Amino acid sequence: MAPTALKKDTTKKRLIIFGVLTASLILVSIFAIPLCPYDPYLQDLSNAKAPPSAMHLLGTDRFGRDLFSRVLAGSHTSILSTLLLVAIITIIGTAVGLLAGWWGGKIDVILMRLSDVFLAFPGLVFALAVAGVLGGGLHNAVAALAAISWPKYARIARSQTAAIQKTPFLAAARISGNSNARLILFHVLPNIIGPILVTSMLDIGTMMMELAGLSFLGLGAKPPAAEWGSMVSDGRSMLSDSPWIPFSPGFAILLSVMIFNMLGDTIRDYADPKHARR
Amino acid sequence: MKKLILQRLLQLIPILIGITFLSFGMMRLAGSDAVTERYSATGAVVSQEVIDAAREELGLDKPFLTQYGLWLFGLLRGDMGTSYISGRDVFDTFVSKLPATLLLCAGSILLTVAISISLGIFAATHQNSVSDSLLQFLSFIGNSMPNFFVALLLMQLFSIKLRLLPVLSEGLSLRGAVLPLLTLSISMSSKYLRQVRAAVLEELNKDYVTGARARGVSDAIILRKNVLKASMLTILTLLALSIGSLLGGTAIIESIFMWDGVGKLAVDAITMRDYPLIQAYVVWMAVIYVIVNLITDLLYPMLDPRLRFEEVE
Repeated sequence: MAPTALKKDTTKKRLIIFGVLTASLILVSIFAIPLCPYDPYLQDLSNAKAPPSAMHLLGTDRFGRDLFSRVLAGSHTSILSTLLLVAIITIIGTAVGLLAGWWGGKIDVILMRLSDVFLAFPGLVFALAVAGVLGGGLHNAVAALAAISWPKYARIARSQTAAIQKTPFLAAARISGNSNARLILFHVLPNIIGPILVTSMLDIGTMMMELAGLSFLGLGAKPPAAEWGSMVSDGRSMLSDSPWIPFSPGFAILLSVMIFNMLGDTIRDYADPKHARR
Repeated sequence: MKKLILQRLLQLIPILIGITFLSFGMMRLAGSDAVTERYSATGAVVSQEVIDAAREELGLDKPFLTQYGLWLFGLLRGDMGTSYISGRDVFDTFVSKLPATLLLCAGSILLTVAISISLGIFAATHQNSVSDSLLQFLSFIGNSMPNFFVALLLMQLFSIKLRLLPVLSEGLSLRGAVLPLLTLSISMSSKYLRQVRAAVLEELNKDYVTGARARGVSDAIILRKNVLKASMLTILTLLALSIGSLLGGTAIIESIFMWDGVGKLAVDAITMRDYPLIQAYVVWMAVIYVIVNLITDLLYPMLDPRLRFEEVE
């Protein structure tokens, strides 16, 4: 008994630590613009490609823009659009899965066949094509990734809903005269949301990297916008003489993805202690 | 066996129709087409007549469904149209670039399997040791790095600092392949190392292992003859799952290292709005994806005899 209790305790501690880290990361990204020491778009060509110093913590880029400010401003774009993306796919996927699982029949067949098509296809390849067709831009990249990523959530929501349909408590709720909408919102949704939220927490890191990947290819945010993926791409030609230019936004991605992944892992361990045993 | 293969290939048909229809529809909805794109690239101002004539020549003036039908009909005859930009046959262009990409995929998969199995078994057999924690930590970092960033770090280390390897691959050489292969396998190995470790640990805790040990079978033999086989199943499942992101990843990696494969071709086609090429890319990737998944499904019964019984029924 003792080791399990201990494990639970450390999971709780980890949850608090990574929860606070994630919260501060999100807070910084929300208030990034006023926090910037310099204007992230202000060019100063006389001070271009300056290495990191006390004046410019991460150095400057080829237009003399302060990289620290740009990385900060980039967090606003990169982190918030990732969170928006994960929110979109969670909501759409859950809604589709709920409807399919609740009504069953033809709706179920159509919606699930549709998600099969997406699941049977390499997602990033399709996102590339979609982003390419829509013509780049951060909104389109988010739309492209959302279009390919919701089916996973629909699958989870559907199987959970179908399982709950058979439980006695739902039958009881139904014969006490609850409407369909009430049943779905107050009885089904609260019971299926757990595993879905764990999945979305675990997905944040991946989505962030895929969004940055699209921007890196020029299919997401475009220069001069401060976005981490496109900043790495923009700076890669200066890798040999001023490595801090591509590396600063690169390490920013690494750090944020690490924090989100740690929180995701911890939440999964907390929700499903079987996972944490090792 | 034959039935399974046939069934899977038949399943490919609705997937292909669905996916090509979607991408075809979006390209038409996107507004700007290859003709406007081509002329705006040259910077020349052209009259509406010239644009209309170019559209007619490429068949872009026809109704949407007709265009899609014609394209689908062509596909059945192995005709994927001609590139809007280069004017070359799309099918031939693809087939000529495909080996480079397949080589990259196959090579990185082999490297990944080698790295993750050996390190995963090592970590599991040295559970909770310093090297185990270090490996876990490294794989966590590798898991949190986008592959383009891994590529830049490797470039910086091997090409710029150590001057061992070329920054860009000079044609399809072995030296040029090292960095793209490493980049792709670092990302994948980080993911698999944890899974292999978990699978091996689970296997080592099973009764048959204790039984074999009790009978005096050495640990090395247990690992090689039993545990390795069992963890291969985990690896296989993971590989099948990640082949999709591998195919997408090659597009980024090929563009960074100028590796002349279909990924780079596709990215170039996307920036130029070369629709027939983008369509062909989508179709090829879907076909490869389904075939790879089919192969893994056929491999399962070979690795796990329990799965063979289902076929007898």
